[in-house]
Amino acid sequence: MSEFEGKRLVKGNFAASYAARAANVQVVTAFPITPQTLVVEKISELVDSGKMNCEFVRMESEHSVMAGLIGASYAGARTFSATSGQGLLYMAEPVHWAAGTRLPIVMTIASRGIAPPWNIWADFSDIVTQRDSGWLMALLSGHQEIYDSVLMAYKISENPDVMLPYMLAYGGFILSHTSKPIHMPKQSLIDEFLPKIPKLGWDHVFLDPDRPIMHGNLIMPNTTPGYQEFRMKIQLAQLKAKPIIREVAKEFKETFGRDYGNGMVQEYKCKDAEFIMINCGILAKQMENVVDFMRSLGHKVGMLRLRTYRPFPTEDIIDAVKHAKIIGVVDRATAFGSPTGGPISSETMAALHNDPQTKDLRVIPFINGIGGRDVVTQQQKRQFEILMECYDKGELVKNEELMSTTYWTGAMGVK
Amino acid sequence: MTNMKEIKEVPDIDRNLWLPGNATCAGCGLDLSLRWALKALGPRTVLVTPASCLNVVIGVWPKAAPDFPFINMVFAGGAAAATGIYHGLKARGIEDVNVMTYAGDGGTTDIGIQGLSGAAERGTNIIYVCYDNEAYMNTGIQRSSSTPLGAITTTTYFGKQEHKKNLPAIMAAHNIPYVATASVADPLDLYDKFKKAKDIKGLKYIHIYAPCPPGWKIDSERSIEVAKKAITSGMWILYEVENGVFRLTGKSKRYIDPKKRKPIKDYLTIQGRFRKLTDDDFKELEKYRDSLWRQVNKELSFQELEEK
Repeated sequence: MSEFEGKRLVKGNFAASYAARAANVQVVTAFPITPQTLVVEKISELVDSGKMNCEFVRMESEHSVMAGLIGASYAGARTFSATSGQGLLYMAEPVHWAAGTRLPIVMTIASRGIAPPWNIWADFSDIVTQRDSGWLMALLSGHQEIYDSVLMAYKISENPDVMLPYMLAYGGFILSHTSKPIHMPKQSLIDEFLPKIPKLGWDHVFLDPDRPIMHGNLIMPNTTPGYQEFRMKIQLAQLKAKPIIREVAKEFKETFGRDYGNGMVQEYKCKDAEFIMINCGILAKQMENVVDFMRSLGHKVGMLRLRTYRPFPTEDIIDAVKHAKIIGVVDRATAFGSPTGGPISSETMAALHNDPQTKDLRVIPFINGIGGRDVVTQQQKRQFEILMECYDKGELVKNEELMSTTYWTGAMGVK
Repeated sequence: MTNMKEIKEVPDIDRNLWLPGNATCAGCGLDLSLRWALKALGPRTVLVTPASCLNVVIGVWPKAAPDFPFINMVFAGGAAAATGIYHGLKARGIEDVNVMTYAGDGGTTDIGIQGLSGAAERGTNIIYVCYDNEAYMNTGIQRSSSTPLGAITTTTYFGKQEHKKNLPAIMAAHNIPYVATASVADPLDLYDKFKKAKDIKGLKYIHIYAPCPPGWKIDSERSIEVAKKAITSGMWILYEVENGVFRLTGKSKRYIDPKKRKPIKDYLTIQGRFRKLTDDDFKELEKYRDSLWRQVNKELSFQELEEK
């Protein structure tokens, strides 16, 4: 059996590299940044040893990494890269260009905190800065999921109804640098699962001297269809992506046997739960144990893992929590100045408010694990207790972690 | 070097890939340079242009002046995007296409220099062109690091205090296979350089002197005259560095003799942008011109020594 098939013990970052290889990517551009480095080191090793057949370009900055991928994708190649934190911020301008051009680029993000002060540990604030760029985004919870999501991402991104780039984020170090066994399917199965790369380039943009086109010109505000319609189409593609993400997750389960909920969200004992916590990333995985423990004490709790961040799983959340008495939303990211300070909690409140089934559902925001700060099960248990207490009292429970209306778990109070 | 008689016999020389009727100003150096560059490169050319006048003069959507694949790109991404295009096409088995970046001096000497330097160091097989109109013309004539001393721009009200950055020299220091300067006042020399660049592997850098009538405050019909005077005064030198070998080319060859160079005042005083030059400025610019030629002499005499 090839070293790329079957069960292997790999670091989270290597799972991304192996998946890129399995997805037959044709061009990889890269620039090192902690904690992403291992992803591109492994690809470099695989390419140089002849085990991976792709163009690998060592760029001189993240800005060039993304500009390079855009060029390669314009040329019709399947492309891949990886970055983290500051690197993502530095490439922000071409990140938006990639979505505007509707290029199916896939990029993994070993998420880290934003400086200053310097921080290299798990924190999704980096991708939150690119939240509204038009990229599809997923928040991943495990090594196997990193591998599997890269495969699913190409299938979703390259769908003609979507044609949007994909960011796959997982916590730096906690997932990127730890090792766990993953199962890598047979290449023939993967090849069958993935879409064929079009021979003549993508349908909408291509660089073919026999079919010359120009792309990206200036366009006057009142030209119709024009800029506004192009922007609308990005949002439309985000909406169209929802059923496609669900479909691909289903097909993935049927083909490879692994379950990622409906692709948008993954429920953990939500069906009969009165108290539901929305969580994401590795802390959601950890919270499953807490749910079990709380259930053993007789509490009807559940956890909803937000897997897809863009498009925002509005309907999926409403559907999963509409019967709950109260819900909590746990962010591992900051959105300064937003209603709650947490990006997912702010957005969840807005999403629920507009639906008659959930408009009166109370949402308690939590923020934890910022810059990789430890969050232990005891603290997650406490988050559930706070949620239940808030429901019982009908008001926010006062404690040192509460700032305005948000609980900053594991933080000292600040003045 | 191709002469006038020969160029007329080049097949398809009348075909314009860069179409007339585009939105360039009358007398635009960029327009002329691109027309000639494409005559040399031919239709199997893909072009990427970062933010610059070229983004606009191609035509406001859905109009299009290029009759070849053309994409716009972020300001600092010209070289990197071309790099990606080259590798993307290569991955698909397409290697007979010229991949070219066409950037202004701002996109090259300022915001784009990092990406360009990276692509040069990696030896990426692309042609990178800087059409140098010596300021940010698209945004309304702000100074760039390629603006010469004394030139008035909208951000140097009394004239720029610093000299022009010598980017071709910086590119030559990257030891790339081909660096050339060119000018719209010597189209055959320009044509030859693109012809040559087309067949060289690695990063080819061509820096074109491209007058901008509204930016330089000159009448449109004097665009070529100014470009000629830049050469005859020795302020702009046509040369190429091919695999490390320096060579004066085209109309600049005769100006190796300092006595043949025309006074720089002839070049400067016909341009409105230099209207605030003081006597000291003239002297300073003359010194600058002489220092450029000193570099040329140095290169040539080193090569002579090596040959011995």
